[in-house]
Amino acid sequence: MPKIKIPKSAPSLDMTPMVDLAFLLVTFFMLTAKFRNMEPIEADPPSSTSLTQLPEKVMLITIDTAGRAYFDISGRTVREKLISRMMVRYPAVKMTQEQIENFSKMGTFGQPIELLAQYISGDEDVKAALDQASKGIPLDSLNNQLGDWIQEGYYAFVDDATEQGMTKEQLKEEGLRYAIKADANTEYAKVEKVIDVFREKQIFQFNMVTNLEGADSNADASLTAE
Amino acid sequence: MAEIVEGGGGGGKHGKKKAKKGSARIDMTPMVDLAFLLLTFFVLAATLAKPKAMEIIYPKEVDEQEDKTKLDDALATTLLLGEHENEVFYYTGAYKPDTTQLTLTDLSKDGFRKIMLDKNARVNDQVNQLKAKLESKEIDELTYEEAYKQVVGAKDAPFVVIKTIDETKFKNVISAMDELNICNVRKRAIQDMAETEAIAVRQRAAELDLKK
Repeated sequence: MPKIKIPKSAPSLDMTPMVDLAFLLVTFFMLTAKFRNMEPIEADPPSSTSLTQLPEKVMLITIDTAGRAYFDISGRTVREKLISRMMVRYPAVKMTQEQIENFSKMGTFGQPIELLAQYISGDEDVKAALDQASKGIPLDSLNNQLGDWIQEGYYAFVDDATEQGMTKEQLKEEGLRYAIKADANTEYAKVEKVIDVFREKQIFQFNMVTNLEGADSNADASLTAE
Repeated sequence: MAEIVEGGGGGGKHGKKKAKKGSARIDMTPMVDLAFLLLTFFVLAATLAKPKAMEIIYPKEVDEQEDKTKLDDALATTLLLGEHENEVFYYTGAYKPDTTQLTLTDLSKDGFRKIMLDKNARVNDQVNQLKAKLESKEIDELTYEEAYKQVVGAKDAPFVVIKTIDETKFKNVISAMDELNICNVRKRAIQDMAETEAIAVRQRAAELDLKK
């Protein structure tokens, strides 16, 4: 029997494919990652065991502990249509093409429509000052701007979807969803105020944004149930 | 091709004249490390950022009186959420100002959940049977959902009314709804507390010294 030769050098391992793969994945995740828009408020939602994910096409109302309401809707084209619709409804509000463009890129906002143009063109300092002074989007019965945003938001979404060739059936299945993200310590009456605005518009189904709490609690429940 | 290069560079034969036959070896280990670090970061950032949501359906404005007569008081449990986080009470049946006793509970897994799992045991049994059938592929997803709706919406299934006051914290309402989801109680409603109940809650809270 010949002797087994032990190679002197360390075994070589070709790592190139692994590097290729890793970088491919990195690139993929970097490109698909969406950057979150700056949010004017901190609202820390309560936790629940719900595993349902927040839908993609969503109108999101954020409520902070003071009960201020903030509005957001997904989709740039939808937002463009929405702001044009709102300008028809509020003829006193004038916006330049650039401001409309910027609005469509913006995230959550909580300004009365009269201040919106100023807010959009303002720099960071102006925005911060306006956010500080803001009472949220007005939603009392005399000046129910939130209701108008909701209604026009819905129409803008339907317009946009029809333009993209969605049928009525598809709209029913995967249409606009409504989400409410309220801070855990908000008084429920303040959340209810927003819900009442929705109910006036014949919208009754909501997704309450929650954090996922310890995932084991669900398993616990089924154990005790047996 | 890249290979792991031995530390030290393999003896003093630093070739002056001889060009190496193979291609230059580059140690790729740090690069792989970096790539996977970035990869891990992006994967985690992408999956953790997705917010979750709990679906709640509010009733249409209907004539409440008419609605109430349809429900059997014996199946009713009312959960009262007070001003502070720990002011959680419940009573069963209809509210009678003099005789109804408010029992203190909480929204942890040993609190209200135990009570409701117990009350809703029959429905839970049926749901578990359905789940088992779904897992063993006896029935498909659609049939399961239909059957589930029937089981939890049965006429004799217990129902829960969550009553709030203006100051009730939103997180308590969500925790309560979450408990009901866990207990498969689908017949539920959120209502404003009646004045008499609110007074009773305040009294009980004062008795038990719950203020935080």
